[in-house]
Amino acid sequence: MKAYLNRRYHFSASHRLHTDVFDTAKNREVFGKCNNPHGHGHNYTVQVTFSGPIDPATGMVCNLADLDSFAQENLISRFDHMNLNTLDTFADKVSTTENLSIEIYRLFQSFPAAHLEQVHIEETSNNSFDFAGGRAPLEMRTPGTI
Amino acid sequence: MIFLTRKAEFSSSHFYWNPQWSPEENQRVFGKCANRNGHGHNYTLEVTVAGEVDPTSGFVVDLKELKDILEREVVSVYDHRHLNLEVPEFKSAIPTTENIAVAIWNRLDNKIPNARLHRVRVYEMPDLFADYYGEP
Repeated sequence: MKAYLNRRYHFSASHRLHTDVFDTAKNREVFGKCNNPHGHGHNYTVQVTFSGPIDPATGMVCNLADLDSFAQENLISRFDHMNLNTLDTFADKVSTTENLSIEIYRLFQSFPAAHLEQVHIEETSNNSFDFAGGRAPLEMRTPGTI
Repeated sequence: MIFLTRKAEFSSSHFYWNPQWSPEENQRVFGKCANRNGHGHNYTLEVTVAGEVDPTSGFVVDLKELKDILEREVVSVYDHRHLNLEVPEFKSAIPTTENIAVAIWNRLDNKIPNARLHRVRVYEMPDLFADYYGEP
């Protein structure tokens, strides 16, 4: 039986929305207060969804302890209490949560024990982003196409 | 088509143990979840059904009826029970969040009038939950 395991992780980080493609006035116009020079921060929540057959020996899609170790090593240790703009992945991209979603999706794709379906990132309680590798997220797919 | 979701809560104890493995192997794979006296959670169940709106009542399903079905089929069986010891489907299956979602699906499938069961979501904690859509 195919089931879906959802796990939520939390990290806090700062960032600043800014691109060298725009001049100072254009950055200010497009990004508003998110462009303030010294940055600001968020408590991010990352929700990952993995699918796979339930292993009859364990009752699990994948071992949660393995997923948590993977997340600690690849997500939390890299992003928590960091300035996102200083990370290699944002050297040439604006540190929007759209770009962060794609990066975190890419990162969890290498977890070997189950199939990554999607990531859902809450930047604040009012803003959230879903990335399912280009497909619509599960909740928003046409019925019958899951 | 409308998708309608109803929540219910139950509090249960459980432990993870594969009787075909040695105690050491159970401990290695399941860690503290293998403690034989069990531990417990406040589970939240979300049941999503899909259907068309009845033109007379304006309902997909009568929520009171859905609430009663969840109470009868799931909550009255699981709440304040030890899942491994007191719920029949977990005599043979480990009561992981995934297996609980499948078991609840099996309990509810074809029992909800005028709607199709779409998804069973079981939260073991706010940061850990499993979904089952009836897929083989």
